[in-house]
Amino acid sequence: MMFDPTVEVKKDTILAIETSCDETAAAVVRDGWQVLSNVVASQVDLHARFGGVVPEIASRNHLETVNAVMAQALNEAGVALPDLTAVAVTIGPGLVGALHIGLVAAKALAFATGLPLVGVNHLEGHIFANLLQHRDATPPFVCLVVSGGHTSLVHMPEFGSYELMGSTLDDAAGEAFDKIAKFLGLGYPGGPMIDKLAADGDPSAIEFPRAMMHTKDFDFSLSGLKTAVINHVRKEREAGREIDLADLAAGFQAAVVDVQVHKTVEAAELKRVDTVLLAGGVACNTSLRERLRAELINRNVRVLYPSPAMCTDNAAMIGAAGHFRLWRGEFLQLDADALPNLQL
Amino acid sequence: MDFVLTSDSPESTRRLAACLASLLDAGDTIVLTGDLGAGKTCFTQGLADGLGCPTQVTSPTFVILHELEGRLRLYHLDLYRIETAREFADLGLEETLFGDGVCVIEWGDKFAEELPEDRLALDFHFDGDTSRRIRVSTFGERSSLLAAKWRGAC
Repeated sequence: MMFDPTVEVKKDTILAIETSCDETAAAVVRDGWQVLSNVVASQVDLHARFGGVVPEIASRNHLETVNAVMAQALNEAGVALPDLTAVAVTIGPGLVGALHIGLVAAKALAFATGLPLVGVNHLEGHIFANLLQHRDATPPFVCLVVSGGHTSLVHMPEFGSYELMGSTLDDAAGEAFDKIAKFLGLGYPGGPMIDKLAADGDPSAIEFPRAMMHTKDFDFSLSGLKTAVINHVRKEREAGREIDLADLAAGFQAAVVDVQVHKTVEAAELKRVDTVLLAGGVACNTSLRERLRAELINRNVRVLYPSPAMCTDNAAMIGAAGHFRLWRGEFLQLDADALPNLQL
Repeated sequence: MDFVLTSDSPESTRRLAACLASLLDAGDTIVLTGDLGAGKTCFTQGLADGLGCPTQVTSPTFVILHELEGRLRLYHLDLYRIETAREFADLGLEETLFGDGVCVIEWGDKFAEELPEDRLALDFHFDGDTSRRIRVSTFGERSSLLAAKWRGAC
């Protein structure tokens, strides 16, 4: 009998480690859902401890901070190493050098303590972030995973079983938000800046293309939209016209959200699910949440999404997915490699 | 030997790239520059097609590096988010850049001095909504030969 976390309660305390891209993160999660601590390095003042600027994107940064972040996660949780049941770590997808640091740290700890080691798919972690806060959610789900590196529609008929329905053919949604925000000089991170600005704009003032809206598949393309926004700005500037940034942000955001909502609704209907999960950093976008909820509420489908801190990269979600994998008896050997191209 | 190619559509950009792919050898480095939306990822899609890579080429901006398997191994790098020389050095890309595959590096001009010297550089310019001019520059014997063959073949 496969372990089903909604049916069976399993007691454990897991230290989870996540270093798949920019963030060095560690968390302690109890019984698969209680977050005892959730430490993300970029949100911690590490300057004092390391006496210098910590670059955002670097394997060496993970190497310098991973021990401190793990120690802080244990400390904040009030948990000592003998209290732990297992160590969970992200094994992919991500940047190989970055993944490697978290994996090596997890292996060393597992080797030194004799604790079992569990490998977690980063994307499964994003999906499981929902279960930290919505413990009653049961599959089947359709999941829209939207982040800086991913834009995918996934059908999840049961826990641990994934069918990729479609994904972006070029840019990820979060990447499109960040690039347009930077191009417009709005600053970083781009998603929240555009979200905020768009609230004051008219989404129909500038009509941008809805790429692949009616292609009858579940793939996305955002590269053409990015180019369309840039072309628009270039022409307006050449004509000497003032650009209304709020309208531009609203028009761009509406073009992204329209396609994502349309395809997610189609996917939910095709798979006849009553729950849709939003996952990844772009799940913070208020327009995406509201539009999706409004479209699905009439169809008796509920939309769940994690709190903002659990949407962006973190280790608590890795702990939640690690709990699931642990009780399925899926352990990682100490000679396991990072898998930068890992799929769901 | 610098020259300029023109492309009137994303499809034409992909065709030009697929043609270059047929001429590539292990160890070749191609640097792609140009504004957002100018066609760098689109060009890489054509290159991967031409090398017979079965996986869809998506933007590596977030994770910096994608690795694809085809007739040759294709390392698709994107340095858009890398701001400083220290950040670049900390990525530890030496084995990738001086390794056994073909490297295509978006925004590679930001750290040109850290890249293999003999490289093909393509600079993409907007020439209307869909048309692009691609300035081709070479930095050594191998890239000059490659560029000459490409110009003759496409």
